[in-house]
Amino acid sequence: MADLSIEFAGIKAPNPFWLASAPPTDKQYNVERAFEAGWGGVVWKTLGEDPAAVNVSSRYSASYDAHGDVVGFNNIELITDRPLEVNLREIEDTKRNWPDRALIVSLMVPCEEDAWKRIVKQVEQTGADGVELNFGCPHGMPERGMGAAVGQVPEYVEMVTRWCKQYSSLPVMVKMTPNVTDVRHPARAAFRGGADAVSLINTVNSITGLDLDRMVARPIVGSQSTHGGMCGPAVKPIALNMLAEIARDPETAGKRLCGIGGISNWRDAAEFIALGAGSVQVCTAAMLHGFRIVEGMKDGLSRWMDEKGYARIEDFRGLAVPNTTDWKYLDINYKSIAQIDQDKCINCGRCHIACEDTSHQAINKLLQADGSNIYTVNDDECVGCNLCEITCPVDQCITMVPQETGLPYMNWTQDPRNPYREA
Amino acid sequence: MIEPLKHLANTPVKPETLELKFSDIAPPLTERQAALESARCLYCYDAPCVNACPSDIDIPEFIRQVAQDNVNGAAKTIWSENILGGSCARVCPTEILCEQSCVRNKTDECAPVLIGQLQRYATDNADKSAHPFARAESTGKRIAIVGAGPAGLSCAHRLAMLGHDVVIHEAQAKSGGLNEYGIASYKMTDDFAQKEVEFLLGIGGIEIVYNSALGREISLSALQSEFDAVFLAIGLGSTRTLALGHEEAPGVMTAVDYIRELRQSDDLSALPVPENAIVIGAGNTAIDMAVQIKRLGAEQVYLVYRRGEEAMSATDHEQALARNEGVQIRTWARPAEIELDNEGKVAGMRFVRTAEDDGKLVDSDRGFSLKAEAIFKAIGQTLVSDELDPAIELSGGKLLVDESLHTTLTGVYAGGDCTGIGQDLTVEAVQQGKKAAESIHHDLMAAGDK
Repeated sequence: MADLSIEFAGIKAPNPFWLASAPPTDKQYNVERAFEAGWGGVVWKTLGEDPAAVNVSSRYSASYDAHGDVVGFNNIELITDRPLEVNLREIEDTKRNWPDRALIVSLMVPCEEDAWKRIVKQVEQTGADGVELNFGCPHGMPERGMGAAVGQVPEYVEMVTRWCKQYSSLPVMVKMTPNVTDVRHPARAAFRGGADAVSLINTVNSITGLDLDRMVARPIVGSQSTHGGMCGPAVKPIALNMLAEIARDPETAGKRLCGIGGISNWRDAAEFIALGAGSVQVCTAAMLHGFRIVEGMKDGLSRWMDEKGYARIEDFRGLAVPNTTDWKYLDINYKSIAQIDQDKCINCGRCHIACEDTSHQAINKLLQADGSNIYTVNDDECVGCNLCEITCPVDQCITMVPQETGLPYMNWTQDPRNPYREA
Repeated sequence: MIEPLKHLANTPVKPETLELKFSDIAPPLTERQAALESARCLYCYDAPCVNACPSDIDIPEFIRQVAQDNVNGAAKTIWSENILGGSCARVCPTEILCEQSCVRNKTDECAPVLIGQLQRYATDNADKSAHPFARAESTGKRIAIVGAGPAGLSCAHRLAMLGHDVVIHEAQAKSGGLNEYGIASYKMTDDFAQKEVEFLLGIGGIEIVYNSALGREISLSALQSEFDAVFLAIGLGSTRTLALGHEEAPGVMTAVDYIRELRQSDDLSALPVPENAIVIGAGNTAIDMAVQIKRLGAEQVYLVYRRGEEAMSATDHEQALARNEGVQIRTWARPAEIELDNEGKVAGMRFVRTAEDDGKLVDSDRGFSLKAEAIFKAIGQTLVSDELDPAIELSGGKLLVDESLHTTLTGVYAGGDCTGIGQDLTVEAVQQGKKAAESIHHDLMAAGDK
């Protein structure tokens, strides 16, 4: 069996599946249940200065797919609403009870040196393994000059990170907000400030939907709403891209990255790891289904690693990073063409109408003697866009087949059609 | 009163059990079920289900509307092609129509989408407080329709929508045709046929004259002279006989007569029910008869057919329904003699074993008898054409019509079971009625241009 244990920025854990800083990690009771279920670590829900935050009633909303499953999960909850002393005592207790698990404490205090100095020292005394600086919370806290209000200003990110490293010997991880134009800038700042790792992404500014009778967005508090932070499967593509941006940025390449954003199963986790993450954090999937999901994640990842011959997480971590490049380096001469497996085809016609109406008129509809239709690819018109493969409801019915063109690799910088070519 | 069976005792089944046995055979989908089921539709393009349906309902579109919580829109999509979509959702043999061709029939797709049930969900739950269709400006044309069954009603609605005024003559005391008098009770509960007619008439411009039959209260020639066009939707008014002796004996009757009484009965416990019953036939009426008499309390019910199961016109689904009810299906047996007791009442039937020889049905020298106090004939219905005009040609015993539902007599159109085209299905009748209306409209408007 593959070895799932990791050492991440000096923090050891029996597996890379950690729970993100959020309601599931708000108190000892939940965290111990998570450890009993098999999670490798947790990031304790964000601590702040006393008096503790106050939360509103009605805090979550969601967007759903056609089958009623949650694709995006939105919250307007603030940081912990329990007294600091209670949290610190429970953290100490929990770490003592579960010494082999990673226990990292998320922090958010005002942008003042003394405040950060005070709190990192308090956390250090609990025996926790590290701190995560919450520079990402997009709702409520930024109005008070914290959370994303810090994460969006690289200078602040660097400054606060530096304070934390100065006043504590604990590993410092900085959590990135996706609500920026270029995530590389705050990431570079965090590492300049001495961060041991960055974790990403925090939630995405969102309004998930409206109650059209009451003309108010969800979640509804009285007769009003406010924007929240969205997580869940819908944000995974955003997270993967930001992770890749940092992983392949020459200034931050090779740094420790913790992947967060819509991770719901082992395959999602493997994708984040393949793009450079040394550990992953999960929240939405656990909030929807409970802590038991980690069992399938561990089992699935480990079986897949066995199949692929990866003995340890490090064996495949970052393997997809070199294959993620700028558009201009893609091979202009590469060509693939759709191929329809007629035995698998159920004749739904979706590939045809999608291509006919919105793409390249490359799928023929052929009326048969019995009145049914069959669908075939017109190779000459197919540009290999993948649309038909995407809309086809049947797995592996349409495949994109690489064509032998006999042409060598050539990218846009070399293409004679590019007036600004470099060679 | 069911005259041929008046010597038999009433059903032994308790009223509360009867109520259960004659309740909705396929209960409607709940909102949750409709949401789950509609999400299974793949929204096919040039969808096979649409091609398989005799009417032109845009099935993927209405299912998508259900999935998007737009039940009123879904119902309108259905009604604009099939104004009797509610009854078709209940009585259509979807297993040989839309659902048979659903792409989700393929093995890996688990099961076809429950199109009929979704159609019922949409039409049942739509807001009917205002009629969903408006009438076009009056054309001043008047059209007579004979028969207020599915074909006649469908034609009337479309004609009214196109701006014509319609008078329907109906021989019975109620409209709905087989929906009211013929379909098995548990397929059409809660007086649905009448509710649907009431909804349909909401468009306005349609008058129904009841107890008015051709050759009795009205004549075709009178209608022709009084109206701009005539649409015949007279169904099949006669039943085939066995051509055996004693067919008039107490205990012998047609299945359609018994079912009509059953459908009109306010009190099922007052119906006469034999201990043992024989149903002769192989269509859906035979199945409806056999299952209903079994549910009414007959101990033994035999459904006897002279050919094999594969030749039965009742669908597999219907045959399974009968078997699950405990109906004994006996094939390859031809009725040979009605057996009477010493009072001259039916006591049983003797059958001759049959076989197929080079495509022809032949008798064998073997046979058997079944004991029964009642024999129900469900061997098909035939057209009564006596009161029509000799200029209207027949084909295969039914009215000859072209694709636009013209008969061979100018100004006279026909649709539904009385014509020789299409299967004898409710949905086919509705489609023919609608097409006839468009045809009439086209012809009248073209004539007006001259």
